[in-house]
Amino acid sequence: MAAPTTDRVAGPLTWRVARLVERRTETPTAQTLVLEVPGWPGHVAGQHVDVRLTAPDGYQAARSYSLAGPPDGDRIALTVQKVPDGEVSPYLIDVYGAGDPVEVRGPVGGWFVWRTEETAPVLLVAGGSGVVPLMAMIRARRDAGSRVPFRLIYSVRTPADVIYADELRRRARDDQGLDVAYVYTREAPEGWRGEPHRVGLADVNTHGWPADLEPLCYVCGPTGFVETVADLLVGLGHQTRRVKTERFGPTG
Amino acid sequence: MTDMSYLDGNMLDGPLRELFAVDLSSATGRCDSCGTLGPVAGLHVFSHAPGLVGRCPACSEVMLRLVRAPDRAWLDLRGTTFLQVPMPLDQPHPRPL
Ligand SMILES: Cc1cc2nc3c(=O)[nH]c(=O)nc-3n(C[C@H](O)[C@H](O)[C@H](O)COP(=O)(O)OP(=O)(O)OC[C@H]3O[C@@H](n4cnc5c(N)ncnc54)[C@H](O)[C@@H]3O)c2cc1C
Ligand SMILES: [Zn+2]
Repeated sequence: MAAPTTDRVAGPLTWRVARLVERRTETPTAQTLVLEVPGWPGHVAGQHVDVRLTAPDGYQAARSYSLAGPPDGDRIALTVQKVPDGEVSPYLIDVYGAGDPVEVRGPVGGWFVWRTEETAPVLLVAGGSGVVPLMAMIRARRDAGSRVPFRLIYSVRTPADVIYADELRRRARDDQGLDVAYVYTREAPEGWRGEPHRVGLADVNTHGWPADLEPLCYVCGPTGFVETVADLLVGLGHQTRRVKTERFGPTG
Repeated sequence: MTDMSYLDGNMLDGPLRELFAVDLSSATGRCDSCGTLGPVAGLHVFSHAPGLVGRCPACSEVMLRLVRAPDRAWLDLRGTTFLQVPMPLDQPHPRPL
């Protein structure tokens, strides 16, 4: 992995032209886009990029997307969840084609990051596409051979909405010290204990770390989800500054 | 706060890096209104106002306002007493001449 760039005085950010080189379907509504960004400076797990589209008439729209994994030379991966009435995400999912240009600025965000030198246990709590930067942390942990214990609590509507489902299953089996627990809000799979529900105190208590262990907590997803989980964690005695949040936007 | 239409200060890093050479999301700011110290990443950011408005997560007062036009930017920091910015060690320490 390239050297972290965020601690450096790097100069103002500029927009770079990126091109789509690969597309992977993750769920019926989410896709991973692999972009080639010439001169990509590297990044740390948890950082994001700003993506900018320009219409033929000059109108521009920019949105943030988390980096889904460690850098691979000039290639970066983003996982985009389609917001049906959205402006940018439906374009990236349905229209944006192989070789097409898009502008990218980054990496940005030096706070919601996990560095492989960290030694504290980690709790990751994801709602929907909020799993993206947390998956980047899980992948970075594996790449670095880190033994730091990780727990992921992943809230989804139905089993079909689990992004990275196969990889998470494999890593929970093979990556030592990684536990993954799911919370289903609408429809649970056969054999799952309990009824569909929104993440609550019992989930965070059962699948998280006790506050005494002083874990680092990363919570990411829709704004209301993040608010609820961050409040639960602080209520359970976790220090505010060890509960890092990333809000993706309005609803769930 | 019941209004869920905000993001957090993480998303300010891109827009602020148009102006500054350093990552400000991990800088610490002090709220001029209530004195709370916290990371810029922890601000509640409202992006549907004209420009970006960053509010103190403790008292909701405006700490930062960034408005961008094609040829200029306005950065209003009057709700912030100070920003403490982590600097890399290899920067020469400024001292009086
Ligand atoms: C730091 C950061 C990282 C992000 N990382 C990712 C990522 O890795 N993957 C990803 O898919 N998204 C991510 N997002 C969200 C993303 O930036 C966009 O908000 C999202 O793709 C919707 O954009 P849009 O243009 O399609 O919709 P818009 O045109 O912005 O919105 C259309 C409608 O959907 C609502 N809406 C807006 N955003 C969301 C949302 N996130 N969820 C539900 N409803 C919404 C709006 O209120 C509006 O009603 C991230 C956001 C931030 C701030
Ligand atoms: Zn305040």
